[in-house]
Amino acid sequence: MTETQSSSPPSAACVLDGPTGPYGSRLLYGWLRTGSPADLDEHLDRYGPPPLPRTARRPTAGPLVRAVEEAGLTGRGGAAFPTGRKLRTVAETPGPAVVIANGMESEPVSRKDKILLSLAPHLVLDGASLAAAAVGAEAVHLCLPRTRAGLVRHLAGAVDERRLRGIDRVPIHVHGLPHRYVSSEATSLVRWVNGGDARPASTPPRPFEQGVGGLPTLVDNVETLAHLALIARYGADWFRTAGRPGAPGTTLVTLAGAVRAPGVYETPMGTPIGELVDRAEGPSEEIGALLLGGFFGSWVPAETAMGLSFAKNDLAAVGAGPGAGVIAALPRRACGLAETARVLAYLAAHSARQCGPCTMGLPTVAEDFAAVARGDADTRLLDRLAGRIGLLSGRGACRHPDGASRLAATALRVFADDLRQHIRRGPCAAASRKPVLSVPDPAAADAQGWR
Amino acid sequence: MSDAQTASGVHTLLIDRIACDGHGACAELLPELIGLDEWGYPIVRSTDVPGELLDHARRAVAECPVLALRVEQKHR
Repeated sequence: MTETQSSSPPSAACVLDGPTGPYGSRLLYGWLRTGSPADLDEHLDRYGPPPLPRTARRPTAGPLVRAVEEAGLTGRGGAAFPTGRKLRTVAETPGPAVVIANGMESEPVSRKDKILLSLAPHLVLDGASLAAAAVGAEAVHLCLPRTRAGLVRHLAGAVDERRLRGIDRVPIHVHGLPHRYVSSEATSLVRWVNGGDARPASTPPRPFEQGVGGLPTLVDNVETLAHLALIARYGADWFRTAGRPGAPGTTLVTLAGAVRAPGVYETPMGTPIGELVDRAEGPSEEIGALLLGGFFGSWVPAETAMGLSFAKNDLAAVGAGPGAGVIAALPRRACGLAETARVLAYLAAHSARQCGPCTMGLPTVAEDFAAVARGDADTRLLDRLAGRIGLLSGRGACRHPDGASRLAATALRVFADDLRQHIRRGPCAAASRKPVLSVPDPAAADAQGWR
Repeated sequence: MSDAQTASGVHTLLIDRIACDGHGACAELLPELIGLDEWGYPIVRSTDVPGELLDHARRAVAECPVLALRVEQKHR
């Protein structure tokens, strides 16, 4: 905890207070105070340089690894895996390692990584540099979508500035990758940095065993790294003062759909979803269901969702998860089946087309679902669709088909009444209305290539 | 873990989904554990290979034309 402080270490009894803004905000503190992105001077004024260990030699699982474990930080990219455990695994592997900072944010509803990288780039870079020191990495690769050219330039500039001031001990390389749904997967990033396609690879070996250049590679989401940068400064106890014992810290959430003020909010872990909707100035109209996690997430009826805490365990109880921190509210008047059909078409177009069950299964599930939305489905087609949805999970090199399966299965359950109506009386009036979820054109996927 | 435990460890079926091209030899040789979907890609009913099927599983591994099937000993 406090041991990680390299310059003027505080006494063990002293708990440093990190800067905290409205609603317990930490990552967005600077933005909420000043209303502008934090440049390097402002960042250094506020936080000082990253507390890198004095010696370049890496002690096995040093103080930062222990602090992150004690803090209970979990990955903010989608899987919510314990970050400390990942750090320890790579730190304890002898020899040099590599760090990949994942800022790909391939989830179309999510904006949080883009916002964080724009407003507090140096928190992310501090986190990457500190993680590199903790695992004995020789280099950091920051992976960003090349569709966000301004962001890539912004971060490359920030890295250059830090180099001139000698802040980081290892080189940080900023890359622009194809912005496709599966290119944010950890193995896709490793493949791309190694000179290949940004497409998922078969595991094992996992990146932490054999990643960039064959070296053990730590892949962490950029928000996760920003939290790590604060834990390194203020300690595990401070981190745990927000959130709950089983869901500590704060998290960035993207609210979208039928809320008055859609956008990115920072909130303590485990905040009730109803409260988050209120933070976004409440529903813009009556909400029927919420999509939690993202396009690979789950539909949950509004009555159930509003009282749920936004934390892994609470959401797991209703078959959902925080995913990439996405909450999309669907108005009651909208057609959840038509919305889901559009998302499934997008996910099918974004398959890496490497594994048979995904290459063949996803487009057929999307087509069947489109037939349901159009009111062209009978019970025979529904049976076939249910069978195909059930066969997607666990049959790909990555979890892309699993996510599509979860989305489709929860849609059929949550919109069961609409489903009956679509089969008996054809599509509802809402099916032909302007859609609520903004889904990128599936046809644009291939134009980017994989390299 | 002792060597004796490792030796008697459970055998697990693994498929490299990227390498697999739906040839279907595995389902033919090991129908007890592997079925095929409508496109001919394997559906693994159980990844645990019972002792009496181990020889069949190893044959299926050897017959896969793209080396996508493996049997591994689970440690633990």
